Amino acid sequence: MSAEMLFTLLWKAMGQTLQMVGIAGVLGSLIGLPIGIFLATSGRGELFPAPTVNRIIGLIVNAARSTPFIILVVAIIPFTRLVTGTSIGTYAAIVPLTIATVPFFARLVESAIREIDKGLIEAARAMGATPFQIVWKVLLPEARPSLIMALTMTLVSLIGYSAMVGAVGGGGLGDLGIRYGYQRFMPDVMLTVVVVLIVLVQAVQSIGDRIARRFDRRSRKN
Amino acid sequence: MVAFEAVTKQFGGRGGKPGFTALDGVDFAVPRGAITGIIGRSGAGKSTMIRLVNGLEKASSGRVVVDGVEVGGLSETDLRGLRRQVGMIFQHFNLLSSRTAFDNVALPLEIAGMDARAIRDKVGPLLDLVGLGDKANSYPAELSGGQKQRVGIARALATDPKLLLSDEATSALDPETTQSILQLLKRINGELGLTVLLITHEMEVVKTIATDVAVIDRGRIVEAGRTFDIFTLPQHDTTKALLSSSLGVKLPEWVRSGLQPQPLSGGRVMVRLVFFGETAFQPLTARLVSEIGTDVNIMAGTIDEIAGEPYGSLVVSYPSDAAVLERAARFYAETGLTTEVLGYVG
Repeated sequence: MSAEMLFTLLWKAMGQTLQMVGIAGVLGSLIGLPIGIFLATSGRGELFPAPTVNRIIGLIVNAARSTPFIILVVAIIPFTRLVTGTSIGTYAAIVPLTIATVPFFARLVESAIREIDKGLIEAARAMGATPFQIVWKVLLPEARPSLIMALTMTLVSLIGYSAMVGAVGGGGLGDLGIRYGYQRFMPDVMLTVVVVLIVLVQAVQSIGDRIARRFDRRSRKN
Repeated sequence: MVAFEAVTKQFGGRGGKPGFTALDGVDFAVPRGAITGIIGRSGAGKSTMIRLVNGLEKASSGRVVVDGVEVGGLSETDLRGLRRQVGMIFQHFNLLSSRTAFDNVALPLEIAGMDARAIRDKVGPLLDLVGLGDKANSYPAELSGGQKQRVGIARALATDPKLLLSDEATSALDPETTQSILQLLKRINGELGLTVLLITHEMEVVKTIATDVAVIDRGRIVEAGRTFDIFTLPQHDTTKALLSSSLGVKLPEWVRSGLQPQPLSGGRVMVRLVFFGETAFQPLTARLVSEIGTDVNIMAGTIDEIAGEPYGSLVVSYPSDAAVLERAARFYAETGLTTEVLGYVG
């Protein structure tokens, strides 16, 4: 394959990957964040005690997380069609990607919030804070560095997941690697795709690390 | 200011099973404008007691009354209102790591819905009051333990509370820093007329600043009163045990282990003499020796200050024969010395 052609294919696939990861990442995190907060604060004796609902949501989250992504993609095709009007293409692929992101990010948010010293919640209660004020003024700001790390981890996983949505014609870098590199025996395409993916993941990770560090005031290094 | 009336508190015990009893019929009153200490070993129930005052825990039975209002009967909304009038400081400071000293002090004001300008006017003077005017923009990680507790105190005072609760506020600090924090609390108590209720396991803390004290053991108040009285004449074993290390009257192990409850013929009696008020300034030891004879042995002793009053304690031993004991008794009656027989040795 000519370098020019490879570049064109790569450029297009890269655009599709960024589009899928970007939109699914934003939507999935926006939905996952409140679910994660709820999971972390709705146990017995916590801020919004609702142990039964907590357990049910926990079960759903676990179920969603244990479904292999490729099965999730085909299993929800009817829902995908309902949302986007089609079951194939990049936009259609965003639906299962978003659905996979929600429970993944929610669990990360939950653990980030559970990490916060219970003494801070007690101090805020002693100041007369409402449960919502505690979430907004104490939990979220204190968890911010961990939340940024969680978002980074989610985006990296999404880049991996996005390689699988070639199955529904989602396109993207992974799909390029499979169709050209594997099915058409073009190792140079495969290698290039892998290298581009490595660079992409590295970039996301180091940007995430840097932002998280900027917000982290827990040690003297700042 | 705060009254505990027959308060009990049980934890756990769901489904008919009895739980752990943290407080067992506590009656206690905290006088307004004073610094009151509750002292006890860990697990004695003191943390539970202080948490009942601002409703962080609810009593299982009995009443906790703060400034005329029964805490247990308040709705969540009213409880939040009460909490804004009761400041609290903590052993581990509980400052938000993501906020500067200034913003930590501002937090209770934000929670109370105060606007940014009013908050600015309020926080600066508070940081000055606790001696951290130059640390407004420092994050907790950049402050020492003592400085963090000062931020904690400024934060607790932000909403102009009438009552300050201190939960082991100096237990994580070194002795020198502890003293400076205690002096700050004392100053605040004096300047702002704020009632302070503190819990601690350190006698040193109570001795330094509390005018009143309650001793708690296994969920019960075993002794309460003026700090000076409790410290000079402890009645309960728990108090004595807590005191012995702090007042320097701890006897060497080899002496203590040899103590017998009954006199031994030809043996000696071990007596603790307590000097305070009038007797603290008189040369009574010399007179004791001349009254009883020269065979008086000093085993341990201390001179100290409790809640600002001079106090001395001396452990002596002398022969336990009838004639000596009678002379000693006459001498004690004459001088008004307070004594306590610790035991007898051979």
